[in-house]
Amino acid sequence: MTTLSDPPRESFRLSMLINDTRYRSYTFQFIALLAVIALFAYLGSNLMQNLRDAGLNISYEFLGEPSGYDINQTLIEYDSRSSHWRASVAGILNTLLVAFLGCITATVLGVVVGVLRLSKNWLVRKLMAGYVEAFRNVPVLIWIIIIFTVMTAVLPAPSAFRGDDPARTMFLDAVAFTNRGVYVPKPVWLEGSGIVVGVFIASVIGMFAYRRYATKLLYDTGKLLPMGWPSLVILIVPTLLIFFILGRPIALDYPALKGFNFQGGIQIRGSLIALWFALAIYTGAFIAENVRAGILAVSKGQTEAAASLGLRPGRIMNLVILPQALRVIIPPVISQYLNLTKNSSLAIAVGYMDITGTLGGITLNQTGRAIETVLLLMLFYLAISLAISGVMNVYNNSVKLKER
Amino acid sequence: MSDTHQHSIAFVRDTMLPEAPPPAMETGIVKWMRENLFSGVSNSILTLAALAAVYYLLAGFLPWFLNGIWDAPSLRACREILQGDVGGCFAVLTERWNQLLFGFKYPSEEYWRPTLAFVLLFAAAAPIMFPNHVPRKLLIFSGLYPFLAYWLIWGGSILSPVFALLGFVTGYIVWNRLVKQSFAAGFFGAIIAALITWWIGGMIVEATVSDNTLLAAVPSRDMGGFMLNMILGTVCVSLSIPFGIALALGRQSDMPIIKWICVLFIEFIRGVPLITLLFVANVVLAYFLPPGTTFDLILRVIIMITMFASAYIAEVIRGGLAALPKGQYEAADSLGLDYPQAMRLIILPQALKISIPGIVNVAVGLFKDTTLVSVISMFDLVGMIRGPILASTEWNGVYWELLGFAALLFFVVCYGISQYSQWLERQLQTDHR
Amino acid sequence: MKKSVFLGALTVAGIAAGAAAAGTLDDVKARGTLNCGVTTGLVGFAAPDANGEWEGFDVGVCRAVAAAVLGDGSAVEFVPTTGKTRFTALASGEIDMLARNTTWTFSRDVDLKFEFTGINYYDGQGFIVPKALGVSSAKELSGATICIQTGTTTELNLADYFRANNMDYEPVPIETNAEGQQQYLAGACDVYTTDRSGLAATRAAFENPGDHVILPETISKEPLGPLVRHGDNEWGDVVRWTLNALIAAEEYGVTSANIADMASAPGDKPEVNRLLGTEGNLGEMLGLDADWAVRAISVGGNYGELFEKNIGENTPIGLSRGLNAQWTDGGLLYSPPFR
Repeated sequence: MTTLSDPPRESFRLSMLINDTRYRSYTFQFIALLAVIALFAYLGSNLMQNLRDAGLNISYEFLGEPSGYDINQTLIEYDSRSSHWRASVAGILNTLLVAFLGCITATVLGVVVGVLRLSKNWLVRKLMAGYVEAFRNVPVLIWIIIIFTVMTAVLPAPSAFRGDDPARTMFLDAVAFTNRGVYVPKPVWLEGSGIVVGVFIASVIGMFAYRRYATKLLYDTGKLLPMGWPSLVILIVPTLLIFFILGRPIALDYPALKGFNFQGGIQIRGSLIALWFALAIYTGAFIAENVRAGILAVSKGQTEAAASLGLRPGRIMNLVILPQALRVIIPPVISQYLNLTKNSSLAIAVGYMDITGTLGGITLNQTGRAIETVLLLMLFYLAISLAISGVMNVYNNSVKLKER
Repeated sequence: MSDTHQHSIAFVRDTMLPEAPPPAMETGIVKWMRENLFSGVSNSILTLAALAAVYYLLAGFLPWFLNGIWDAPSLRACREILQGDVGGCFAVLTERWNQLLFGFKYPSEEYWRPTLAFVLLFAAAAPIMFPNHVPRKLLIFSGLYPFLAYWLIWGGSILSPVFALLGFVTGYIVWNRLVKQSFAAGFFGAIIAALITWWIGGMIVEATVSDNTLLAAVPSRDMGGFMLNMILGTVCVSLSIPFGIALALGRQSDMPIIKWICVLFIEFIRGVPLITLLFVANVVLAYFLPPGTTFDLILRVIIMITMFASAYIAEVIRGGLAALPKGQYEAADSLGLDYPQAMRLIILPQALKISIPGIVNVAVGLFKDTTLVSVISMFDLVGMIRGPILASTEWNGVYWELLGFAALLFFVVCYGISQYSQWLERQLQTDHR
Repeated sequence: MKKSVFLGALTVAGIAAGAAAAGTLDDVKARGTLNCGVTTGLVGFAAPDANGEWEGFDVGVCRAVAAAVLGDGSAVEFVPTTGKTRFTALASGEIDMLARNTTWTFSRDVDLKFEFTGINYYDGQGFIVPKALGVSSAKELSGATICIQTGTTTELNLADYFRANNMDYEPVPIETNAEGQQQYLAGACDVYTTDRSGLAATRAAFENPGDHVILPETISKEPLGPLVRHGDNEWGDVVRWTLNALIAAEEYGVTSANIADMASAPGDKPEVNRLLGTEGNLGEMLGLDADWAVRAISVGGNYGELFEKNIGENTPIGLSRGLNAQWTDGGLLYSPPFR
């Protein structure tokens, strides 16, 4: 390549490109680059040819046009006159919502089950092992469909709550479990509610301040202040006081059966619940295995050392085992979060309107812009994946640094 | 001493007491229960909660299962037989058994072919999975199996799998000849030789194509049911292992361009959900092929899933490569081995051995993910259930039996493989110690 | 399997690339089978029966085209498509024609570059509700939860209708008809909406069809018909005139029972003679032989027979002819003359 101007020893130069290790790697890289460029050029020219033949073009103008369809659950203002772009944003927010809920639930479930799998209780241990194996070895799509079927086919329709002697009644007169979703009371913010919220936030800060102070006192002087009940008091009492002093500025809007459906309150749709639970339970099984492996990775000497210092079993777990296990646990759990987010694209199976359902589903169908929508869809998931792994890697590194 | 002793004490036992049985609380099942189930208050509560959970599960499941109807033409008939009792309608499984396993279009008189291929799969997999327990000679059969299975399942002229095999054989012979001069010459020579064989073979097959072959040809579109899941799973996993190795080596390579090509490919594939790749296979890929080319949907899906799986397998193998002590690389260098030799003889055998459990995990995950093809209107097991069977007038509304069956089938296969993986891990561990 | 699959692919790609220059008609003839896109399962229109044989009204059109072109009504490869995949499958050449209760709309015809070759069913969007709900008009549906198949025109019509009437509703998107059925029966939605023919077909599959009513409103025009790719007019003509032949055959009284007699010798009706190829050379003009229409009609009968057999009043689906009667009976079916 660089020796192009070296005519007399041509055969030697060529063989050197293959046989001389100094140049060979350049040859290989050049060939690889050429092959990749050729591949893309080939695919691109095919694409152009096909589009020309079919009289189509690549254009993203459809994103600005009215979508014409409605979405049942949106976190932003949206109606059928809004643009396809807005529909995609609504879908993105729905994806993020279910991923967020799913990750939290899966983590809680995974940690609890992972710890219980190492419990001394034989029955609990076996039960948890059964749960983990059952969920790890069956496709998540089947679980999503099963839970969705439970939601729609087992729970009663809203009409079961109708009439003077209804077949079903609302739980505590506030929560209705129907096959269209769960209806829960919605808080109504009246005048003065801002003060209550402000006080509550202040007491949360106060609680953490107290706990910090108690810990510091413990480390400095060895004096042990009670932790549990004072923090609870700090958290609850001022807020409750101000709540009643101001005359209950926060009311609840209870769902009530009006017309076809329950009106008022917040509706958590069956499709969201099915997807959320299925993803959480499925991913929870994997996280449980990671947690168990992480705990087992902490050597038994650590437990024994802590025990010989006179720590109670609960404290051994909290202060000695978990902090060390966390370093082993976090990297695989990050990839489980990523998997959960990617699996949320199966929302299509239950009609949850995530990004795959809006942009990759209805918009694709209505506009026929397959290449553009699928490309945008992939870019979105790629961005999400890179963002999650980026944030988690930063956190992971910060945990790791303390080790040294 | 003993004298005083005798005088001071009125009675001394001179025989042993007979052994008394340990207290009832400390033996057998009672002791076991005390230690394992009721060792403390919180533990007892846990046990009771677990017992209650087990009871509710069984109380719901057993009557439904034991009362099940296994022989009825439709759901309505089932309900008539049950007369309002609780009971499953498992008749749908017996009635649609073949459809669940083979899809609704595979010719029914040919069912023995995929069944035979499935049985032979075990024989072919045995020498790879249990290298110490099965004679090595059977490896030849493992090598022949892909071609045999292709012929059994797809049928048609026996010449196409034979020529496909011949291509590999000529490639191998050429490689053996040339590899002594240089790895690159052997590698590219083998590929060229194989391609030439396939090209010639393709022409011969086309020229001799006839309708009355030994096994009737079945188009890929007719594959369905659990068979489709099995085909996609085994084909994609076995194809993705070589690609995964290549990608992993590329990612570890010193050559920046090759490294970055591999990194971009792996990270891109791992960053998007499989379902978007299937959308690509289904609705986009056709635009990127030469005009007028039509690919089988099943082939497009195989390509996409293979790409997907190889990215994940590459990461597993990269982990294996990174786990090898640096001394191994240096030792290979100091022996004067070049890169292909070092990889082939020293590094890869060890790295792959470490990666096997990880690869098996990827394989299980991939096998489960093959159900996703039901979303793009392919009739795999889940697609059969959600499509033709639940849509039919007779079986409209039979969810639990069908979904439970699908879950059970996948559970048996995946649990089996993961148990094997754990066994293998134990085997490998003892080898190291 | 391994690389042999690729070998197969390479040969297939080779054949396909070689034949790419020719038109669809020649492709189909060379291949010996017709690739026809249908729905993944809608009883009466296209659904595999217990033996895996496709049957239904749309399937009948596919078989008629296959019989006209290839002489064998069973030489059809049915490709199930969803709302999402149907247009790409057609555009990419995976299927030769799409007969999947697809509504003829301006944008599909002009923007997506497809050619609708006629209308085999005049449909309109309707609503089905349980009788117990006590609803008698779509105007009373404000606030209802409505199941709707995504990726169809019905989704857009529904949004427009409720918007125009100042009502609100909650859409429950579903992917396939079977799912819609399941959700509707479980009460997860109050109303199921799709084309009226689809509603009738769905209701027929219910355990107690009498407990459900189809509301009188028809909120949209849904002309359903087969379509082909834009730009291949010869092939478009074949599909269009095969459909017209089925319609015309009913008008002229040609049925699968009497067609053998009528085609054996020229009769006294010149139009029938031209249709059946005993007079003139219409088949030749299409690029087919003279008997093309005879084969198309004999495979499943004329339009009326197909209708009666698959979706007519004596089937569980029980649709009346309505708009789909011949123009002579006050319907909209009106085949251009065969001359």
